[in-house]
Amino acid sequence: MNGWATAGTGAPDEARTPEDVRSPEHVRAAYAEIRAWLTQTPHDRLQLKRREAEVLFRRIGITFAVYGEGGDPERILPFDLVPRIVTGEEWSTLSRGLAQRVRALNAFLTDIYHGQDILKAGVIPADLVLRNVGYLPQMQGLKVPGNVYTHIAGIDLVRTDENDFFVLEDNVRTPSGVSYMLENRDVMMRLFPDLLSAHQVRPVDHYPSSLRDTLCSVAPPNMAAGQPTVVLLTPGIYNSAYYEHTFLADQMGVELVEGPDLFVSENKVFMRTTEGPKRVDIIYRRIDDAFLDPLVFRPDSQLGVPGLIDAYRAGNVTLANAVGTGIADDKMIYTFVPDMIRFYLGEEPLLNNVPTRWCGRSDDCRYVLEHLDELVVKEVRGSGGYGMLVGPKSTRAEQAAYAERIKANPEDFIAQPTLALSTCPTLVEEGVAPRHVDLRPFLLVGANGVSLVPGGLTRVALKQGSLVVNSSQGGGTKDTWVLAR
Amino acid sequence: MLSRTADNIYWLSRNMERAENLARIIEAGHRMALLPSSAAEGGYDEWRSALISAGVAGGFVARHGEEAVDQRRVVDYIAFDRDNPSSIRSCIENARRNARSVRTALTSEMWESINSTWMEMNRIDPADVTGTELRNFLDWIKERVTLFRGSAYGTMIRDDAYAFVRLGTYVERGDNTARILDVKYNILLPPEETVGGAVDEYQWMSILRSVSAHRSFHWLYRTNVRPWLVAEFLILRPEMPRSLVACVREVDTQLDYLAKLYGRRAECHRQAGQLHAQLTYGRTEDIFQAGLHEFLTDFIMRNARLSDEIQRCYLS
Repeated sequence: MNGWATAGTGAPDEARTPEDVRSPEHVRAAYAEIRAWLTQTPHDRLQLKRREAEVLFRRIGITFAVYGEGGDPERILPFDLVPRIVTGEEWSTLSRGLAQRVRALNAFLTDIYHGQDILKAGVIPADLVLRNVGYLPQMQGLKVPGNVYTHIAGIDLVRTDENDFFVLEDNVRTPSGVSYMLENRDVMMRLFPDLLSAHQVRPVDHYPSSLRDTLCSVAPPNMAAGQPTVVLLTPGIYNSAYYEHTFLADQMGVELVEGPDLFVSENKVFMRTTEGPKRVDIIYRRIDDAFLDPLVFRPDSQLGVPGLIDAYRAGNVTLANAVGTGIADDKMIYTFVPDMIRFYLGEEPLLNNVPTRWCGRSDDCRYVLEHLDELVVKEVRGSGGYGMLVGPKSTRAEQAAYAERIKANPEDFIAQPTLALSTCPTLVEEGVAPRHVDLRPFLLVGANGVSLVPGGLTRVALKQGSLVVNSSQGGGTKDTWVLAR
Repeated sequence: MLSRTADNIYWLSRNMERAENLARIIEAGHRMALLPSSAAEGGYDEWRSALISAGVAGGFVARHGEEAVDQRRVVDYIAFDRDNPSSIRSCIENARRNARSVRTALTSEMWESINSTWMEMNRIDPADVTGTELRNFLDWIKERVTLFRGSAYGTMIRDDAYAFVRLGTYVERGDNTARILDVKYNILLPPEETVGGAVDEYQWMSILRSVSAHRSFHWLYRTNVRPWLVAEFLILRPEMPRSLVACVREVDTQLDYLAKLYGRRAECHRQAGQLHAQLTYGRTEDIFQAGLHEFLTDFIMRNARLSDEIQRCYLS
């Protein structure tokens, strides 16, 4: 069987071959070898390899939790054997664009919590920032080491054309998924060593040591002499990303702590150890702002550490990511990122935003209501692919119901055009078929600048025709190969 | 090491060890219930004593009532009942939860041995565990726990984490040996039988078998099974790896190692040393004079206090 686009070719956009939108030859070339391999390898052998991969994931325990849906509370994320390929040339453009974006986001966060020049200059409406739930007045005027706010950022990209990557959203609070990037590669190396070496794939394995270096570079001003002590703070085993937390702590060689393991004394943070209290300097926290310190934020939280924010304000501990970064990945603030790049860096953005309309503006709102059948409409505060309307895939009745929601609270909704997303060949029951993908590269920002490993997490919509790649919505993952050439 | 990590490692080992010993308690009950005289009485005493030894008699009665003591219900309660916090199933569940919390502190062999035990346990339907399947199940549990201990022994760095694994194992095992030995006290010898008679001997032999000490007893004593010899063997003989003195010796050794490593001593060290000395210089005739059951009850209490002190010193 020719395994290429033989299944699921119902809709015209499904028939596209890998990473192909309008100018296929160039992009397809990168897939030539994979294509030959897929064509030569019998389907049952591919399915066998897929089951082998699943056994590996299950045995290593690479799981994620899904809440409130019953069934297996520890699932493995579906893994697709066919890698997603990014050429060296494409990567160099992408990585420059990503670094530029993250530098601007950090400049924005520094500005917002200090001089607020961008608001004074009228580039972003002040109300949109200062009355936003993501803006934390507790952070106003607080100096953070190296002026770094988002030490770890995950930027979601989609591709629509040979040279067109769009930024779908910025994740600058506690982005997850990097462990899949690393484990996917590990599993591919076990299953297909020859294929990997034939492609000259650039390695990603040094991510944990880069992360550790990044964290150590932003040690707090008032730390004890010697090596800084780094810990990773997790909400615990019931968190959906718990596997990732253990994985990263393990790979970095740092303690994985939960709130009750830490305590604050004289504005310094300590962990409880079998040898007595031990001072902590840098906390890579994977719990949300609201749960960090019950004395400052939610008093009912058991996850955090009482007094942590005082220690933070006193410059005795660094939190990564910083508190209050949520303002920068707000869906409305997103629309201003290109303006931030021009304002802070004096450069033109290298990566595009998806053109976004905000229903809080009356002319935008009118347009959105008139074009519901062609737009994707999202709640400003929504996430995980929940509560959105995918216009072209919706019924008249769904559109009408959604229109009522928009009219009731217009400022809560944004709308974007449905993009002609690229697809990648993906192994499904019937064979190899194109499925939509996105890409989340992970950026690290330390006192000495921005770095990123060549790769990221490729998520794939496993359902035919689906544009939604979220793991909570039945999406899977692929290994992402950035080629040396 | 984080106190919580040490705590999870300690309880992980205790839970695994307890799962094995619960299997041994069921096995002892099962063997005794096979005797003809017991069968005539419905095996009431054996299964009742198994509940008492496992420390779950109260919970069982609350669930099933006073008159419900039979093999099927007792085995189900001790082995599989999720509402019984110290059933074998609960122990495996707890051990796996402990292990998940501290995966980074475990070797992959340890994690995989626990994780696959847990996965296989979830596939077992208690309704299938009858007749010969009961012994197969009990053997399987013992085998899985042995695999876990072996993987810890064979793969862990000899550091404080290893010391907490050993502490958990031996604190739990001491408690369990005392309880298994106490099974005999809780069984009334049928009225027509005499002390030292065939049934009495069979019961003592069942105790020995349940701690895998049947052959080593004969190898060491080269005589028939006598109650005071069984007691001496399981309480005072340091060669026997499940005896009380062997367990306390190991606890004392590991605590001593930690004291040197961390440079501080606390109440747990004093209690372990004292208990170890008392058992080392103990005599069987004194134990029987004071009453075997009373002696064992006292040991179980002191062992529990020692565990509390370990908890206070290192684990919280």
